[in-house]
Amino acid sequence: MSDESGLSRRRFLTAATTVVGVTGAAFTAVPFVASWKPSARAKALGASIQVDISKLETGAMLRVEWRGRPVWVLRRSPEMLARMESSPADLSDPDSVESEQPSYAQNQTRSVQPEVLVVVGTCTHLGCAPIERFDVAPEDLGPDWAGGFYCPCHGSKFDLAGRVYAGVPAPTNLPIPPYRYIDDNLLIIGDDTGAAA
Amino acid sequence: MSSARSEAASGASRSSGLLDWIDARFPLSKMLKEHATEYYAAKNFNVWYVFGVLAMVVLIIQLLTGIFLTMSYKPSAEDAFASVEYIMRDVEWGWLIRYIHSTGASAFFIVVYLHMFRGMMYGSYKAPRELLWIIGMLIYLALMAEAFMGYLLPWGQMSYWGAQVIVSLFGAVPAVGDALVEWIRGDYFISDITLNRFFALHVIAVPLALVMLVVMHILALHETGSLGPDGIEIKQNKGPDGIPLDGVAFHPYLTSKDLVAIVVFLILFSAVVFFAPEMGGYFLEHANFEPANRLKTPEHIAPVWYFTPFYAILRAVPSKGLGALLMGLAIVALFLLPWLDRCKVKSIRYRGWIFKVALMLFAISFLALGYLGLQPATEPVFVYAARIFTALYFAFFLFMPVYTRLEKTKPVPERVVYHG
Repeated sequence: MSDESGLSRRRFLTAATTVVGVTGAAFTAVPFVASWKPSARAKALGASIQVDISKLETGAMLRVEWRGRPVWVLRRSPEMLARMESSPADLSDPDSVESEQPSYAQNQTRSVQPEVLVVVGTCTHLGCAPIERFDVAPEDLGPDWAGGFYCPCHGSKFDLAGRVYAGVPAPTNLPIPPYRYIDDNLLIIGDDTGAAA
Repeated sequence: MSSARSEAASGASRSSGLLDWIDARFPLSKMLKEHATEYYAAKNFNVWYVFGVLAMVVLIIQLLTGIFLTMSYKPSAEDAFASVEYIMRDVEWGWLIRYIHSTGASAFFIVVYLHMFRGMMYGSYKAPRELLWIIGMLIYLALMAEAFMGYLLPWGQMSYWGAQVIVSLFGAVPAVGDALVEWIRGDYFISDITLNRFFALHVIAVPLALVMLVVMHILALHETGSLGPDGIEIKQNKGPDGIPLDGVAFHPYLTSKDLVAIVVFLILFSAVVFFAPEMGGYFLEHANFEPANRLKTPEHIAPVWYFTPFYAILRAVPSKGLGALLMGLAIVALFLLPWLDRCKVKSIRYRGWIFKVALMLFAISFLALGYLGLQPATEPVFVYAARIFTALYFAFFLFMPVYTRLEKTKPVPERVVYHG
């Protein structure tokens, strides 16, 4: 030991002890931080659900609950589909490039069967539930309104395929959950294993 | 005079064996001297200087009523709403304890906003009080977190959807946004799990942080000294006894003055608690008398009034990420105030017209945004108005380094001045 009081040695030991202590504290923090993640029970309750759409009339909408969020199943009428095509609104992501959906629902109708729309009914802005406004050109939404969903919280507008209008706060289209058909009238929402990609 | 006072005090302690006994074991007399009987503040404090004390009074009210509310409240999605109704109807005086707590939340923000405005008027944030201001801003942040999480607990419609909106804001964080939101909620939606953890944070974690921050705030204040409305450092003019010539002891002079303010405050506070606890839907929103329903959004979501200025900023921007960013910056900007303001003069009394106009416009923008945040989002007039006032709000901070340098100030007097 050249340094009589061993100052450099003490400094090294202090630094080494600090590094070990901080590392230990970081590892100890992991269980506490991780305890905030969805628990095993929450995950189990968030599994898939089965929906029977045999009694869903044309133009009618069914609300089911999946993972605590409203999922809408809307059987669009041919007029509705025609209106979407003939008078396309000013959409910010018409081809759903920026939006969240399984690849099999990334098409013009955003669905597996063209008429049946399955969509998560929470606004992509801040998670409010938009309300269905299938009436054409009502007073409060203006003459260009071709029917769709309107979010009362911050005024976001979506068309009948859940595609967001331009110039509203919501950034992307309404998300499409993973889903598949067991047969023509039976849907599984939340699970798409084996569905056509 | 003051030396005679301290002699009398030492005479009293000589006769008091108990105090001596304590002082040998705990610095009781020393602390009382340092922070009360021999802590000197500017003697020309005006009415703006009561809101700090009032904030502490409200903090104590909230802690006391909060403790009693936890004795009857149940933090679960199943029971929460009903347990609040139980407190209101079946617990003896439960309605009073809850109304005091809910009115206290709004009262807290009223006195804190006035306290902050006082600081902005008289330059209380300027060197060497930057840390005092920052600790105060941290108190404000903790208070916002406390109020937000407390509002979820009654599990009404507005509780639920308000939390939904605010928690979703974290989804705007790039890359990790969605995972972060899931982590905060502990579920795929605002659920029982979320309620339970917000309860824990609301009754333990944040109050603990609040109390510690308030202690730090007072320590920092007593280190730098109370400034007073003239913006003069009274420590620079000391008498032969070492006591600031323009200072008076906090106790008994300011404590007795504060008592008057506390009485007036409590009269007004009680009037609200007894005659208008809902304040026409501003203190307790009507939609919150309906139990939370996660499949049905209320027609019109507005946060409680004290958050509406920031909410209006969020809504003014037609982009989620940018809106959330601006909302955050609106609060960050306040933290930076000590460094944005380049003017040498502290108090508005001796500052130029530019700052007076700027501060006035800022106050008007804040109030206007507060009003607009309460209005529905459909009216385009409101959206444009919110954009104008958002621009004004940020202009106050953005151009501050420029306009505070151009100011033509008046000479600051050596000693404090009385007005009227």
